[in-house]
Amino acid sequence: MLACVSRSCNTVGVYGNDFAGPDAGPDGGLLRQVEAAEAALRAAALHGRVEGDPAALQDYFDAVIAADQKIEPRDWMPDAYRRGLVRQIAQHAHSEIIGMQPEGSWITRAPSLKRKAILLAKVQDEAGHGLYLYAAAETLGVTREELVGLLLDGRQKYSSIFNYPTLTWADIGAIGWLVDGAAIVNQVPLCRCSYGPYARAMIRICKEESFHQRQGYEILHTLSHGTPAQHEMAQDAIDRWWYPSLAMFGPPDTDSTHSEQSMAWKIKRFSNDELRQRFVDMCVQQAGVLGLRIPDPDLRWNDERQEHDFSAPDFDELMRVIKGDGPCNTERMAYRRRAHSEGAWVREAAAAYAAKRQEAVAV
Amino acid sequence: MNGEPLFEVFVRPRRGLSHTHVGSLHAPDAELALRNARDLYTRREEGVSIWVVAATAITASSPDEKDAFFDPAADKVYRHPTFYDIPDGAKHL
Repeated sequence: MLACVSRSCNTVGVYGNDFAGPDAGPDGGLLRQVEAAEAALRAAALHGRVEGDPAALQDYFDAVIAADQKIEPRDWMPDAYRRGLVRQIAQHAHSEIIGMQPEGSWITRAPSLKRKAILLAKVQDEAGHGLYLYAAAETLGVTREELVGLLLDGRQKYSSIFNYPTLTWADIGAIGWLVDGAAIVNQVPLCRCSYGPYARAMIRICKEESFHQRQGYEILHTLSHGTPAQHEMAQDAIDRWWYPSLAMFGPPDTDSTHSEQSMAWKIKRFSNDELRQRFVDMCVQQAGVLGLRIPDPDLRWNDERQEHDFSAPDFDELMRVIKGDGPCNTERMAYRRRAHSEGAWVREAAAAYAAKRQEAVAV
Repeated sequence: MNGEPLFEVFVRPRRGLSHTHVGSLHAPDAELALRNARDLYTRREEGVSIWVVAATAITASSPDEKDAFFDPAADKVYRHPTFYDIPDGAKHL
């Protein structure tokens, strides 16, 4: 029996379980979980129509959710379901848009033409993800102008992680591995969300995110096996990004405000702490392959729980950063507002051209 | 961003398949909508053809009248081939 060690061995992805365990490494089961969610979406749709009278609004809504089918834009839904989704999807969209900044600032400084091209493609993906999500939010009856306004006026938040600076090239690696990694762990369950447009957007996004995570991992692997200074740079990036990445899963379950209802409506499928644990368990093995250290002296395998024990991130810091007092909040918002206002003439010119052409057709 | 019109985007993934709805986007006009759709929905060779349709040009059935609207089809089982009993021995049916 030959051992299958090579990456090019084409049986690796064919055999084995569909739900790879947390030890599956960077090639692991996340992408397969996205595919499983997509298959489940199709399968649920094939179960046939949900029994019940659509006129009995709440009952029918509950029945659709119970049958694991999707709520679609023109279906009746409780106001709180609609409001909660708008808030969640919009904040997710804002995060993608603001998330272009920490990486965008490294496009001109990436160490090779290949790395520049890759980073450019990645930042373009983030813009795309923002747009898929804004479009999903708009199906709930909110306009794009309102959503953009909510971000620019600071009335809606984006993920606190983007308020940290990218100081070195290794930070681009750490963002890909840890920040995108945490985002994927958070987002894969959203591929099964009960709201159809959101679930479909998430399936698209997760498939693309997997490239993001791998490119970050590759950057760190290259640095870690380079000169001692490069190795140190990679370690320094992980030291700074580890705890903010853990904080991305939100406050501990005991303090989380929106969770219970979100679970009942099958918007959210796992609690903040469950997802954080899953992320830590994945990262430990991956850090080993990188030859880098996770900066937590209390991180160790707990044989009884079959999970790792680890130190919680500083949740007070998370709250401060969310409230606006992070290292880069002011800079990120100022940059976003400037980009929006400096783009005004482009939007005006395009609108004027469209109007002129419409007139020409009308004559 | 003065309320650019909304376009629905349909992509034909490969020759031989129908165009499928993939999402929507805003653009000042159809031509820019097409270019934006290329950048937004086919960054990884997801399609060989794109349609963009102004959302206002689409007339849709309403979910409120779902039953009344689709009911006429429910009692016409004879439209399906499985409705018919085929005598033993009849081939190529």
